[in-house]
Amino acid sequence: MTYLDHAATTPLHPDAIAALNAQFGLVGNANSLHGPGRAARRVVEESREAIAAAFGARPSHVVFTGGGTEADNLAVKGLYWARRAEDPRRTRIVAAKIEHHAVLDALFWLEQHEGAELTWLPVERDGSVRPAALEEALAASAEDVALVTIMWANNEVGTVLPVPELVEIAHRHNVPVHSDAIQAAGHLPVDFTASGLDAMAITGHKLGGPIGVGALLLGRETKLTALQHGGGQERDVRSGTLDTPAIAAFAAAATAARADQPAEFKRLSTLRDRLIEGVLTTIPDAVLSGPPLAEPAPGHAPDRLPGIAHFCFPGCEGDSLLLLLDARGISCSTGSACSAGIAQPSHVLLAMGAGEALARGSLRFSLGRTSTDADVDALLEVLPAVVTRARAAGLS
Amino acid sequence: MSGGVDSAVAAARAVAAGHEVTGVHLALSRNPQSFRTGARGCCTIEDSRDARRAADVIGIPFYVWDMAERFHADVVDDFVAEYAAGRTPNPCLRCNEKIKFAAVLDKARALGFDAVCTGHYARNVDGAGGRRELHRAADPAKDQSYVLGVLDAEQLASSLFPLGDSLKTEVRAEADRLGLAVADKPDSHDVCFIADGDTRRFLAERLGTAPGQIVDSAGAVVGEHQGAYGYTIGQRKGLRIGDPAGDGRPRYVLDISPVTNTVTVGTAEELSVDALEAGHVRWCGPTGDEAFACSVQLRAHGSPVPAEARYDESAGTVNLAFAESVRGIAPGQTAVLYDGTRVIGSATITATRKATAGAVNTGA
Repeated sequence: MTYLDHAATTPLHPDAIAALNAQFGLVGNANSLHGPGRAARRVVEESREAIAAAFGARPSHVVFTGGGTEADNLAVKGLYWARRAEDPRRTRIVAAKIEHHAVLDALFWLEQHEGAELTWLPVERDGSVRPAALEEALAASAEDVALVTIMWANNEVGTVLPVPELVEIAHRHNVPVHSDAIQAAGHLPVDFTASGLDAMAITGHKLGGPIGVGALLLGRETKLTALQHGGGQERDVRSGTLDTPAIAAFAAAATAARADQPAEFKRLSTLRDRLIEGVLTTIPDAVLSGPPLAEPAPGHAPDRLPGIAHFCFPGCEGDSLLLLLDARGISCSTGSACSAGIAQPSHVLLAMGAGEALARGSLRFSLGRTSTDADVDALLEVLPAVVTRARAAGLS
Repeated sequence: MSGGVDSAVAAARAVAAGHEVTGVHLALSRNPQSFRTGARGCCTIEDSRDARRAADVIGIPFYVWDMAERFHADVVDDFVAEYAAGRTPNPCLRCNEKIKFAAVLDKARALGFDAVCTGHYARNVDGAGGRRELHRAADPAKDQSYVLGVLDAEQLASSLFPLGDSLKTEVRAEADRLGLAVADKPDSHDVCFIADGDTRRFLAERLGTAPGQIVDSAGAVVGEHQGAYGYTIGQRKGLRIGDPAGDGRPRYVLDISPVTNTVTVGTAEELSVDALEAGHVRWCGPTGDEAFACSVQLRAHGSPVPAEARYDESAGTVNLAFAESVRGIAPGQTAVLYDGTRVIGSATITATRKATAGAVNTGA
């Protein structure tokens, strides 16, 4: 089995499995005042410290959630409502159409039901957003802007966005910024404090932790309207009994990812580049999505994620390619896992200016901690014949 | 795999027979969020899930193929257009002809598959001379050879119908033994894309109301209608014309004329037809002889009647002359020709000849 879909979810890190096992036999609600409760609480707080350390934050910044989608919804809706409550003029939200559905759909919902006005930043062909574009969007009027939301790195094509620069611009206009860092956390040096962000969403299962736990890193003074009300946990921002085992596993995975990040970045980038070169050589009309391959300039952040290689195969339907590879034991994705099963062209590719026909023939290969040269070899061996057959099947 | 018990058991039998099987659910609805209750409608999210769970239990890969746009263009739009033209379509045949054994089969073959397997009740066997033959199913109540009458020889050669020798009760029992949750799921009825079964309202929403006259065969006005498309030849119910001739006998729709927006009604005798002409001829095997005897089924659940067929290859038409008059034949319907249990072919009715008057009804 060749698993090339780490961007969809990752295998549990052994440290995460150990942390889960250590907790499963115990009982205790982290909110209870007695001995067992305090023991659970201690695990949660040590995990909070570990996650804060892994992402350049303070423990008081970390709000645990039930995953990344929840963290994104909490940030986007919570910031919008809080900012609008302070000043009713603030109904504009600035974003780009490359966002994951967890942000995009929350934005559309606010537009349809909460009077939000969405301002879309232009997207470059390589998937990035130029700081000058944000400057232009805010320069005209910023008093009516509730927030800016911009992802750290794109989950479909791998493009890294210049988040610290975008934050600097937004703050000059007194506008808070949220970033969906779900795909970047654990794979790039993501530092919450250094970035200046007001809110940042991360999740466990994209970095070797379990599905079902995530966090919103939130500035201490950042006001947010809660989505989920109840016992008042997590600074009253996110009520609900804390999942102690999952949080412990999340922390273990984040710690390991942080420690391994520089070496893994090099290792995966090399594997990825070999995969890309192999595909482009054996399938001449394949198109690599995102920025062209290049070494990042010294002192500059890399412009693409180390593990993601996304292509468009002209004349092919993504789901035909996927079915044929699946039948040969190779797992990958046509786009984000959430929109799988229906032949829709990727909204990310469309935002980048790719035509609809090309966007439908897309395939994302994503490498991770357990990926090896053998995985790349296995893919390159069968891909040319698969593409030929998919092209014969044509577009539905 | 529709999410029903028939396609689930068909898939299981194909696996048991040693084939390499992949389950595909066709997403045909433009509104899959609609919840399916009971026996009407199809292809909702619940159906998709039922199909997926069946594939899990059987142990085969499962995908959803979105064919909603093509289905809408080839089947739904055609359905509406036929009614607008005063004809009575059968969308299930159109779906088999254009989607299930065409669009799906083409895509499957291009991807390296050899055949499409469905839960239809029909027998696809090797006949004399090694040619494939389509025959009626063992369960006469469930026989679906009629809706498969549109398949040509090539499509038949790439089709598998594992349920042809079984009774419905046996299939449900087998589903139960296999641990398939759909063993008890009710069969879907009527037109799959009209979830509430109200065809007239479905058409009214798309064709609007067009009030017109209801006349008798002499041309006298006997009533009013809100849209000629809401009627079908042979229809007795819903005419709301009272007792026009004062003879206490029921009236039936004889003819629908969209051009004049008129519906003509008459007595049961006036409904009788002794011959018809049909086009869009499809042969399940080799092209039919110029003239031959056969039995003809004119409706999905109708009984076959004996007829003499004449095939005009250059015109692409078949003429059928009935030994005994038949009633309620509408242009647009499909005539499926049988030789005993074997399906010879099918054709779409274009014109009928009344037994009483010598006039030809072309439904134009």
